[in-house]
Amino acid sequence: MNKILIIGEHDGKVLNPATAKCITCAKSIADAEITVLLLGADTASVASQAAAVSGVKTVLRVDRAENAHPLAAIFAPQVVAVAADFTHVLGPTTSFGKDLMPRVAALLGVAQVSDLMAVETPYRFRRPIYAGNAIITVEASATRKLVATVRVASFEASPAGGSATIESKSLNVVLPTHTRYVGAKSGSTERPDLQTASKVISGGRALGSADNFKLLYSLADKLGAAVGASRAAVDAGYAPNEMQVGQTGKIISPEVYIAIGISGAIQHLTGIKDARTIVAINKDSEAPIFEVADLGLVGDLFQIVPELERLLKA
Amino acid sequence: MQKIMVCIKRVVDYNVRVRVKPDGSGVMLDGVKMSINPFDEIALEEALRVKERGTQIEVIAVSIGILDTQQQLRTALAMGADRAILVQTDKAVEPLTAAQTFLALVKKEAPDLVFLGKQAIDDDANQTGQMLAALWDRPQATYASKVDLNLNVASVTREVDAGLETIEVDLPAVITVDLRLNEPRYVKLPDIMKAKKKTLDVTTFDALGVSAEALLTTLKTEAPAQRLKGVMVKDVAELVDALKKKGLIS
Repeated sequence: MNKILIIGEHDGKVLNPATAKCITCAKSIADAEITVLLLGADTASVASQAAAVSGVKTVLRVDRAENAHPLAAIFAPQVVAVAADFTHVLGPTTSFGKDLMPRVAALLGVAQVSDLMAVETPYRFRRPIYAGNAIITVEASATRKLVATVRVASFEASPAGGSATIESKSLNVVLPTHTRYVGAKSGSTERPDLQTASKVISGGRALGSADNFKLLYSLADKLGAAVGASRAAVDAGYAPNEMQVGQTGKIISPEVYIAIGISGAIQHLTGIKDARTIVAINKDSEAPIFEVADLGLVGDLFQIVPELERLLKA
Repeated sequence: MQKIMVCIKRVVDYNVRVRVKPDGSGVMLDGVKMSINPFDEIALEEALRVKERGTQIEVIAVSIGILDTQQQLRTALAMGADRAILVQTDKAVEPLTAAQTFLALVKKEAPDLVFLGKQAIDDDANQTGQMLAALWDRPQATYASKVDLNLNVASVTREVDAGLETIEVDLPAVITVDLRLNEPRYVKLPDIMKAKKKTLDVTTFDALGVSAEALLTTLKTEAPAQRLKGVMVKDVAELVDALKKKGLIS
């Protein structure tokens, strides 16, 4: 039996969809028994959400005031304490999981498999290297605990329909005080979340200004889409950094990705290559984005985008 | 603040298009340009800026790799690091081994701060800084886009999925840096000449007492699946039709 512990990601209210994707990954490990661990100040609501995900046997809650914010230095020793009963410890390849999981692995004295995109055996996985320009098959020892982060773009979310047992656990772990949460700033919007949206519209440097990005917001609202941006657009200050799509930003896998005025640097393409359909709109017919696009249209975005919005209205 | 350690990795230059070997044994590295991992260059730049603001701060650049890694350390010295240490090995180095090695150097050098890039652009593991912080039992501040230092505390703004987050860590601490923290300086010729006179020590895993045990085995390296070439549409109406046909819009 493979006893798999998934570190659930949440904001105290909502279970992050990345967790349901980790659960799907865990289900693809043979003979898996899946437990979701939730650390927080009050995880009652997210625990019931996690328990309802198909495939989960147990949800473990560890509620304490110090867990109000996901600080790796605070979470890691608690994860290690719980991990004693498990063969595998998985977290999502999100900023939460990337920060936390290596700290857990090091405390356990084991290697971590980062960004696993496919499970071949319980200890053999495929993962991308060189920004996705190569895929390796890597094997870890079955005699040690396996720690991994799951590439969320590679797995569908496990559906609802579960009825896991919820248990509260108190851990006798001394937590450090050397790391303190100060605050957060997010450009939270009413639009769908970039990482989980089925439709994404992204803009590049060709947009020319933050003001011109409004064209995309308007189109996105028409389509119910999330809005992203290339690194060039973010660096130019046209869009906030949390909108950045690409190797150093968010790696996404929407049903449809519409790239507007994005030339298609390798690091950007890495972030979108799991999109089901890629649409490219660019005035340069030689732009590399057209090499990966399923549908391409050469032209001036300032004419095309309003026209697109008009035709969608009709 | 007296000492800052910066960990750098020699990687295939970010401008090189990496190709997989036909026999699946790895990627082609022969004759390929090698550079300092770009994120580590940002880490070094940040350390140098701290040094230039303060007084009497020593910046040590450290790396693990083949003897040729001295080239990247010389570049780090030319950028402004005071001295460098290479832990020489011909083996592939896993992140846990790297963290154990840096820990051994931390124990020797006792830095107040360790800067690293958030990840290396070759294996994209994104682990070493966090692992070092864990083994050292010190704070970590990953994905830094702003670092403010006050006596024994660093206030670090981090790039997280939801936007920006600020945390405070007591020193000594490990900080891994993101792209937007700064823009690294260019190296000038006189600095390259000066760097030749700076100390670059070479040591080994054995001398540091690091076992460097490989925990993962790479069985195969493949090229990623290619997307099929798409079609070009001539105008917006045709694009909308095509999207409708695919059922992507109604």
